[in-house]
Amino acid sequence: MASTEERVRNIVVDLLGVEADRVVPNARFREDLEADSLDLVELIMAFEEEFGGEISDEDAQKITSVGEAITYISERMGGGS
Amino acid sequence: MGLMDGKVALIFGVANKNSIAWGITRRLHEEGATIGLSYAGEIMEKRVFPLAQEIGCDFVEPCDVTSDEQLDTVFAKAKERFGKIDTLVHCVAFANREDLGGRFVDISREGFKMALDISAYSLVAMAKRAAPLMLEGGSIMSLTYYAAEKVMPKYHVMAVAKAALETITRYLANDLGPQGIRVNAISAGPIKTLAAAGVPGFRLMLKYSEKAAPLRRLVSQEEVGDTALYLASDLSRSVTGEVIHVDAGFNILGLTATEDELGGLVE
Repeated sequence: MASTEERVRNIVVDLLGVEADRVVPNARFREDLEADSLDLVELIMAFEEEFGGEISDEDAQKITSVGEAITYISERMGGGS
Repeated sequence: MGLMDGKVALIFGVANKNSIAWGITRRLHEEGATIGLSYAGEIMEKRVFPLAQEIGCDFVEPCDVTSDEQLDTVFAKAKERFGKIDTLVHCVAFANREDLGGRFVDISREGFKMALDISAYSLVAMAKRAAPLMLEGGSIMSLTYYAAEKVMPKYHVMAVAKAALETITRYLANDLGPQGIRVNAISAGPIKTLAAAGVPGFRLMLKYSEKAAPLRRLVSQEEVGDTALYLASDLSRSVTGEVIHVDAGFNILGLTATEDELGGLVE
């Protein structure tokens, strides 16, 4: 099974339609990957679906980069399986 | 042979693959309808076009529903392309985030006007333009929610808008009935859509609905699509002015949970 990092990166690549090599941990969704406000909502929904579980609106605000998403999901959603 | 063969459906409000409007679109398309889509503006464009492509739909028009001119344009284009409309599907709603949640009494005049304009008046404006194109009669439908009937937490200005939409449904049904145009609304249980992500406390509504509804489950966009198909097709030819609940039975409830069950529901 793919690692949490790979799964997060796949979601980001799919949803934002960006090249995989740009989706590095320090890539910021808005500034670096040109995500709009709805993209951010869709990303959070996709993470919830993929990993099962919930990301509160408050926590979602704090997930602004690929790395932050990976860390959050690994720590709070148990990496999902 | 499909239930919508030869029929044209113009659908407003597809945002992404999770949209209820998309569930309706797919179902009508599967049954043979020719589809026209209209979306809210630039931010939706990149989301709607790929979906339209999936079903081979090349009528995809932007429309700010608060603009009479833009509505005129979309319906003029639909007339030019299709020559008629059989089904109009209204899945459009918007409110400022600050008017959802907080205290109901704090809703601002501007926020109220905007939410009602986009979410309710737009149905009147669309119906006015669609009716002359419904040459062989037609079906108009919109999406409402139970919060229009009974108080739900934080739904506030949108509850008022949905109540208006349901009343508009009845008055339009009466107005347009002699022309053979039916007007109905679907009151779906909560579904996780992009729009729903903007409703505070939506997760709680999902959880509660799932546990409390008589069928003990949520409803899917496909299930709403099936009811939309019924309303769009001749199967419902004598049905107009109705609000049909597709909510796993939630709307019949007063309070049926036991104390134990309630304990588990309250966080």
